[in-house]
This record gives sequence, structure tokens and C-alpha cells, in this order.
Amino acid sequence: MDLTGEQHALLAALADGLPLVAEPYAALGQRLGWSEAAVLDGIRTLVEEGVIKRFGVVVRHHELGYRANAMVVFDLPDDELQAAARILAARPAVTLCYRRPRRLPRWPYNLFCMIHGRDRARVLAEVEAATTAAGIAQRPRAVLFSKRRFKQQAARYGGEAAA
Amino acid sequence: MMDELDRQLINWLQGGLPIAEAPFAAAAAALGLAEDEVVQRLRRLAELRVLSRVGPMYDAVRLGGGLTLAAMAVPEARFDEVAELVNAYPEVAHNYRREHRWNMWFVLATERPERVGELLAEIAARTGLAVLDLPKEAEYFLALRLPA
Repeated sequence: MDLTGEQHALLAALADGLPLVAEPYAALGQRLGWSEAAVLDGIRTLVEEGVIKRFGVVVRHHELGYRANAMVVFDLPDDELQAAARILAARPAVTLCYRRPRRLPRWPYNLFCMIHGRDRARVLAEVEAATTAAGIAQRPRAVLFSKRRFKQQAARYGGEAAA
Repeated sequence: MMDELDRQLINWLQGGLPIAEAPFAAAAAALGLAEDEVVQRLRRLAELRVLSRVGPMYDAVRLGGGLTLAAMAVPEARFDEVAELVNAYPEVAHNYRREHRWNMWFVLATERPERVGELLAEIAARTGLAVLDLPKEAEYFLALRLPA
């Protein structure tokens, strides 16, 4: 997608998020030399074009008390994957659910879910419950708990935490 | 640190922020708070680093950029050295150590799509380690809603 110069300027102004004031779009407009209406129109257009997927808050799981997070990966037959993924994705503890390519022979898994929980036992219990609900409890899987977060920076434009 | 109203506020905002003149007023009305108190609470939560940002989530591919999830199986003795090398790239958005033979997982976001492959090849060459390139092919959910 080719962005206009104005769109680039707007994305750059939004890179650190909205100013935390009562009228944040007006404040962004002041920074850009635009009217508040122009800022709102510009953002709505970016949402319509799919450049902005969502507008909300980015929370830090660890600071919220979600001490455990696991990437749970599955090796599912192609004709089973979508139905199972939809069931997994609908569960509140599952925050992301993506299909990614296998890289054989090194990496056999093609469905990736992120499961957050307050501790490891709860994450593992959720893995059991979710895979049973999705009918994939017997399929090959691996649970990769995170040990340490080395780097987590707010996605600038060009980047997005949920890759 | 955080009280019940903070949690309710985060939960409400995870559902999406209005793109309208006074976006926090709707949250205030829903939670029975004054608009100014919503703004003050958000500032405090940002200072506490519970919130990393209030604003847009982008689709890097629609922006014309490249995005992937990459994994490496790093020998224990080399872990810190390789982490330092990988994290030095500004395109590495975040990097997690995970308990598995494939123990380093990072997201790469680039302005140009072709840069993803170039950077992964460069990291593989500099470390002598294989790098898995695992771009998203389909997505089944994206509401990152965590009950606070």
C-alpha cells in the first residue's frame, strides 16, 4: 500500500501512542498543524484501509499479573486446522492464534497460540481444556513457556508486537 | 498499585478506543468516573508501565513492511552473546527466551518486505546458527483482551 505524505506524518505522530489528555486527537492535530477533524478523518481512513487494525491499549502482561505465558504449537492436518483454531481462539486465555509454515525437518508445527495465565499450572490446565474442547488433545504439540523477556519495545510504525 | 477501577478501565479500553473528539469520556461514562479521572488513571498506569501505549495497533504488511516470527536454537553457553547480537537490530521488536530446544524467539518488523530475508540471513551468517522464518499465514483472532 502506498501511503501519502500526510499519512506518514500522522503515523509518525502516533508512534508513541495518543497523548493522555482529554482531547488527544486535538493535541495530535496541534503537533501536526492539523485540525482535530483532519486527524480523526486521517485515522478513520487508516482503519478503513486496514493499516490500523485496532485502536486501544497495549498492556504489559507481566505487569498485569500474568506471570506465565506459553506459546503452544500444534502439528495439525491441513483439513483440521481451521476448525480447531477457531475453537482455540475463542477461549479467553488464548490471546493469539496463527497458522505459520512448517519448516521440516527442523520444525513440524503449523498452528501457534499464545496462552497467558497467572501461573504455569493454570496455563497447563488451560492447554488441556482447550485442546480437549478443540478435539486435538491427541495431536502432536509443544508448550514453550517464556523464561525471560529480553526486549519488548512498543511497535513503531512498521512494526507490531503481535507478529 | 492497581485498584479495581484500574482493572475495569483496562478491560474496557481493550475493547477499543473511540475515534472521536473525547475518546475517554465514553470510558468514563461506562465506568461511572469523571473523564479527568480516567485520564489521570491512564497516566499513572503508563508511569507504572502496566500500559505500554494507548493508541493504534498496525498491520505491518498493509503498511508495506515485512514482519515475521523467527526462532533460533542457541547453545546455552552462547545464549547471552547471541541475544545481544540479535537485540542490537532495531528491527527486532521483541525477543523471548523459551523453554525448548528452539529457545530464542523474536519478532522482526522491517520497513521493506525483502529486508526480512536479508536480516535473517545476516543473523544466521554472523552467528553460524540456523534461523527459522515463520511468517503468519492466517490469523484466527486478534483481540488481545486479558482480564485485568
